[in-house]
Amino acid sequence: MDSYGISSLALVLLPLLSFIILAVAGKHFSPKISALIGTSSIVISAILAFYIAGGYFFEFGNISGAFTKQIILQFNWLQFTNDLSINMGIVLDPLSVMMLVVITTISAMVHIYSINYMHGEEYFERYYSYLSLFTFSMLGLVVSVNIFQMYIFWELVGASSFLLIGFYFTKPSAIAAAKKAFIVTRFADFGLLIGILMLSAGAKSLDFFTIIERLATPGSAYLANFSGSFIGMSALSWTLLLVFIGGAGKSAMFPFHIWLPDAMEGPTPVSALIHAATMVVAGVFLVGRLFPVFAVSAPDALLIIGYTGAFTALFAAIIACTQTDIKRVLAYSTISQIAYMMFALGVAGWGADKSEGFTASMFHLFTHAFFKALLFLGAGAIIHAVGSNELKNMGGLRKSLPITHITFLIACLAISSIPPFAGFFSKEAILSSAMHSNPLIYYVGLFTGGLTAFYMFRLYFRIFWFKKPEVHAHNHEMHTWFMNIPLILLAIGSVVAGLIPFGHFVSANGEPVELTIHLGSVVLPVLVALTGIATAYLYFARESFRPEQSVARFRLFYSWAINKFYIDEIYLFITKKVLFNLIGKPIAWVDREIINGAINGTARLSMKTSEMIKPIQSGRTQTYAMFFMGGALVLAAILIFKFV
Amino acid sequence: MNVLYILLIIPLLSLLGVLVAKKDRAIKIISLAGSILQLLAATVITIYYVCLRGDAGSSASMLFESSFDWFAPLNIAFSIGVDGISLIMILLTAVVVIAGILVSWKIEKQTREFFFLIILLSLSAYGFFISTNLFVLFFFLELAVVPKYLLIGIWGSGKKEYSAMKLALMLMFGSALVFLGISGLYYMAGEYGGHATWNIQELAKISLPVHVQEILYVILFTGFGVFTAMFPFHTWAPDGHSSAPTAASMFLAGISMKLGGYGILRVATYLLPAGAQNLSWIFIILASVAIMYGAFATLMQRDLKYMNAYSSVSHCGFIILGVAMVTKAAFTGAVMQMVSHGIMTALFFASIGMIYDRTHTRDVDKLGGILKQTPFIGTAFIIAGLCSLGLPGFSGFVSEMTIFVGSWERTGLFYRIATVLATASIVVTAVYILRAIGFAIWGSIKNKEYLILKDATWSERGAAILLIAAIIIIGVAPFLVTILIDADTSNIYRQFLLNNI
Repeated sequence: MDSYGISSLALVLLPLLSFIILAVAGKHFSPKISALIGTSSIVISAILAFYIAGGYFFEFGNISGAFTKQIILQFNWLQFTNDLSINMGIVLDPLSVMMLVVITTISAMVHIYSINYMHGEEYFERYYSYLSLFTFSMLGLVVSVNIFQMYIFWELVGASSFLLIGFYFTKPSAIAAAKKAFIVTRFADFGLLIGILMLSAGAKSLDFFTIIERLATPGSAYLANFSGSFIGMSALSWTLLLVFIGGAGKSAMFPFHIWLPDAMEGPTPVSALIHAATMVVAGVFLVGRLFPVFAVSAPDALLIIGYTGAFTALFAAIIACTQTDIKRVLAYSTISQIAYMMFALGVAGWGADKSEGFTASMFHLFTHAFFKALLFLGAGAIIHAVGSNELKNMGGLRKSLPITHITFLIACLAISSIPPFAGFFSKEAILSSAMHSNPLIYYVGLFTGGLTAFYMFRLYFRIFWFKKPEVHAHNHEMHTWFMNIPLILLAIGSVVAGLIPFGHFVSANGEPVELTIHLGSVVLPVLVALTGIATAYLYFARESFRPEQSVARFRLFYSWAINKFYIDEIYLFITKKVLFNLIGKPIAWVDREIINGAINGTARLSMKTSEMIKPIQSGRTQTYAMFFMGGALVLAAILIFKFV
Repeated sequence: MNVLYILLIIPLLSLLGVLVAKKDRAIKIISLAGSILQLLAATVITIYYVCLRGDAGSSASMLFESSFDWFAPLNIAFSIGVDGISLIMILLTAVVVIAGILVSWKIEKQTREFFFLIILLSLSAYGFFISTNLFVLFFFLELAVVPKYLLIGIWGSGKKEYSAMKLALMLMFGSALVFLGISGLYYMAGEYGGHATWNIQELAKISLPVHVQEILYVILFTGFGVFTAMFPFHTWAPDGHSSAPTAASMFLAGISMKLGGYGILRVATYLLPAGAQNLSWIFIILASVAIMYGAFATLMQRDLKYMNAYSSVSHCGFIILGVAMVTKAAFTGAVMQMVSHGIMTALFFASIGMIYDRTHTRDVDKLGGILKQTPFIGTAFIIAGLCSLGLPGFSGFVSEMTIFVGSWERTGLFYRIATVLATASIVVTAVYILRAIGFAIWGSIKNKEYLILKDATWSERGAAILLIAAIIIIGVAPFLVTILIDADTSNIYRQFLLNNI
């Protein structure tokens, strides 16, 4: 193992070490020590990630013109059968290296920011141990060599997300949100697990790269294992769709999106790390990892992913326009942006000219991490200052929170894809790849872009303008540089991340792709975004009657949207009415009354029988004599009839 | 002398010590020392076994075999021997017994009798796992029933007489079937194999006619199944567990249910491959029903012990499913699940017992804020819960996944549906575990009396840490278990390959 190998191992294991130390001995440490352990381990990891990325992209990753995977480490962890085993390992390829950089960078920012944000909280050390656990699991997920290894870390990120959402564990809403997040994603993971089982049964392997090799080669013998078809789609497409369901759960695609807005119950830095930048893109990562199989052998499954993504993008953006809780708006915006990545994958195909969507999707994943984390951390600063999540308690904050104001504005411009901010380049790439292959999805994406600009600037104007700035004693920028530095660094990232020639590094087959931006195709999306911003300005730059008027005009639609199209109610109906009342209660009743009743009944029957025959054993000689005589007579009669 | 006798001598000496000791404290110390010694001995024997196993190759299916006649006219011999499966079960027993003794440290009522019975129970489990003679195996199986009755009847709570009686009678019913089955094996071996024998090794070599195998298979599987709380013979479990004292619950669910699991694998399936081949579908249906049914029944419980008892029905369904699926990976998974569930459920009952000792309630609606007031106990419960819902890093995940993968090896729509049903339980399990955690462990303190609760004592901490360590070791390094049992599950599976030819 060379220095890069050792660094990548250390990169993954450092957060684990920090978790173990904090979990075992954390309560004996002062908050400063806990924060130091957690933060320093992840900062070192982040430095290592940049070191590895530099090495991979400029030194050892590029072999004869294409980036190839490098398996740094691999060992057999659990052998199921001769073919199937869980191998644990670390793989470096453009996808995983890019993810390592994103995860460690954002995580380091969040760690630093939390020192101040979580200052004085009870269970401070527990917070840091959970953050470390999460970071470790997420890193383990992206470097997986084996789909089961990925599933293991997949579950672990889910569990750390559960623990962090439920961090304020005495708050009923936090408990409910944590449960909901875990259960909804668990339900999706059920699909993923069946998908993995089917995939492994057909490909006779659980290793990612063996699966890809065997299933993404046209005419491969292993494809014959998926010979069946069902409702017009091949068995392989169904298998991959089941895998995608797992991804849809984690990435909060419709109809599994319901857990993400509620997950905002967790501390705000957690939302920035887990529920905006890293864990929620795991689904995109999963599809990206298996992309060759999707693109070569199951393009119909890929198309379904494309439509799911496009629908979710629009759907979530509509809801985002109506929400009044700042974190919920951001949550729906996250859903919508991840859906962009998803449909970018969906419109992509295999081959040099078609796989642009793949690169675009990963590019958006990369840039989105910066500006969305920035938005959440900014929101955290705002909430910290105002003491409320609700928009109605905000307004005119630009004077009291100058740094937050500027950085938030940058993030809003980036997410609205205004040039030259980061989001512009990645979303442009997505839209241009959609335009070539699927006009319907392109127009949905275009329109959603306008909505995105509108709801983001609705937030911006509503928070920082709207009212006359008043500087209250309690709501000026009290926080220290621990909070400001991450904001500034992420803002820089949101400006420059788009300028990276991303196609040179990450592509479907490792060969560089040129993401060209044509002036002609850019004009329309930018105009749409500017329209969105202008509308938001008209409505929310100062207090006016316009929002109420529009609400009144679209009352029905508005009430559907603000109630999130009643999806939560449908779920509630299914769980409460169907699962509990229709299945759980009858089963509990059957168990107590029928099965247990039968057992008790058997006991009672034997008691009754023995009661009935008890008089025979009365202990009185006369009775016995009578039975004896009677018996003898009957016997005698039988003998007489038989033989005489 | 055979090293395995150590495993019987240590508990026997502890029994003697408990009988002659004068003070309560001495009794406790003797029991604890004996159980720790037993774990050490079992560990040493296991390491010794692994070393020898490499030399012996896969031809010898058991090591440390020895035998002496007990009752020659009926060919009953005290034959013992172990393979990896027995050893891992012995290790499980040793761990659970230590934890059980530690959580019973505060027992004051009839201390001598209590610890005597607990050690007697452990003795019967050790004897069960090392015997290779079916009659001796049955002897130890029976030996374990009476102490359970007394433990629940005397030290229990709630409707303890009813529960104790129900448990004893239902287990006796299982025993009766087991005895019927093994006698059948004995006489049929005489009829078709040349000489009547109780010896498992010899029986394995005899191939009985298919219709005989089928009958005996159903009888034996059902008989042992009662011990594993197989649906629909599971109703002793909820009542028994909820009335039993903590240590007895831990033993009951942690070890006693595994006697049944071991029996269905080692006796019913190993000795009757053709029966298993033809009729395992019955038990696959029962197991997949039990898995979902137990999970949904758990969902409706409000009492933590009932909850864990029903979830045990669901989790033991995995054991039955794994054995009935008849693939090598599924066998391995079933053994892993026995170990995993044994430890996890012991941890569950231990933490529930700690909560009950302090709050005098197990009702999830009345509890709340346990984590806030007694963080150690709350954390132990959460870890048990996360293990139960199959979180990677804990033992539950690896064993369930091995069973799923092993079951998926069986092609055919029927097997696939059963596997999918079983897999679906991971969702329901998550629901009930998180409800329990959310209501009882998290949340704010509902009852002001709980504000003065004290966190776990040293002995309780010791018990929980031991069990948590075991869960994590298996969860993080499952290969330690598979190294030990791999050759033996292959051995059992080989019976099927031979039979098909």
